[in-house]
Amino acid sequence: MFFDLFIAFAKVGAFTLGGGYAMVPVIQSEVVDKRGWIEKEEFIDILAVAQSTPGALAINMSSFIGYRKKGITGAAVATLGCVMPSFLSILIIAIFLTSFMDMKIVQRAFMGIRPAVAALITFSVYKIGKSSKIKKWWYLVALIAFSLVVFVNMDPILIILLAAAYGFLFGRRGEDVDN
Amino acid sequence: MAFFLEGGVKMLIIKLFLVFAKIGTFSIGGGYAMLPFIQKEVIERHNWLTIQEFSDILAVSQMTPGPVAINSATFVGYKLSGFWGSVAATLGVVLPSFLMILIIAAFFVKVYEKKGVKAVFKGIRPAVLGLLGAAAYMIIVSNIVDFKGIGIFLIAFVSLFHKRVDTIMVIVVSAILGIIIYK
Repeated sequence: MFFDLFIAFAKVGAFTLGGGYAMVPVIQSEVVDKRGWIEKEEFIDILAVAQSTPGALAINMSSFIGYRKKGITGAAVATLGCVMPSFLSILIIAIFLTSFMDMKIVQRAFMGIRPAVAALITFSVYKIGKSSKIKKWWYLVALIAFSLVVFVNMDPILIILLAAAYGFLFGRRGEDVDN
Repeated sequence: MAFFLEGGVKMLIIKLFLVFAKIGTFSIGGGYAMLPFIQKEVIERHNWLTIQEFSDILAVSQMTPGPVAINSATFVGYKLSGFWGSVAATLGVVLPSFLMILIIAAFFVKVYEKKGVKAVFKGIRPAVLGLLGAAAYMIIVSNIVDFKGIGIFLIAFVSLFHKRVDTIMVIVVSAILGIIIYK
């Protein structure tokens, strides 16, 4: 069982490029469809918890499902399985990248890639802004958070804590609490 | 001498673990949500990477398996102190959420349905969006250095927006463009 857990999540870790939500269907196929470890409804609950807890989505899901199947050891084994492929692939790349980066052609390639990475991140701001169920006036919080980082250079951790406190104090009113 | 050196390396490894544990604790929302924290801790506070090196790691992360947060932790750890550095940073970034998930799975699966917790997230969600916007702004400023860069940015953004092109495709094409236009 431990071996199974490790293999299932190593597969999840190995076959999802780019991370994030790309991993959800792969986890579902491994854990719900193929192995029947978790029911579909429970999978949705686990997804909800994994989204709201800090850290990478896929890692959180593997910890949770591992715990469900085999307790703390199961959680550790599943998490390790999920982390291992990306750990190893980055390790190999890191070992060779320095000499690789000295090549002229690679430097030129990265000159082209850098603006594209900026576009990827900008696009993810747009996607998150659209999908994260923020009610209209609460977008002001986003604007304030943005300004505090860009203009005052405030520590983002402090901003998260302040926003959490603000939500706790003022976020209960209105019918939209249930969302 | 070797003894002191080893002490120094040990200190750096412990520091890597702690800094990435801090990043892991606050990056709610997965994926790029950890960007602002990496920017603050790794780039500004500790000067372990430049913003461009970090953006290059992001590009590499998009094309390698696994979550971006894990990939960057592994990479930064390796760059600073080799294999054990990469182990420490990766463990650090994973551990906080691992412990939190254990506690939630064991005691209160329904914690996120509580009114107070929902209210807290009502504040956190837009803040995460704003922080990510700030991270995007800083990466735009440092990564786009000329008109060619503006061109690539626009092509990449429009193809992501309109055509729903795969991110790997965007990186590969922009790499080829870079090789062609930057002589």
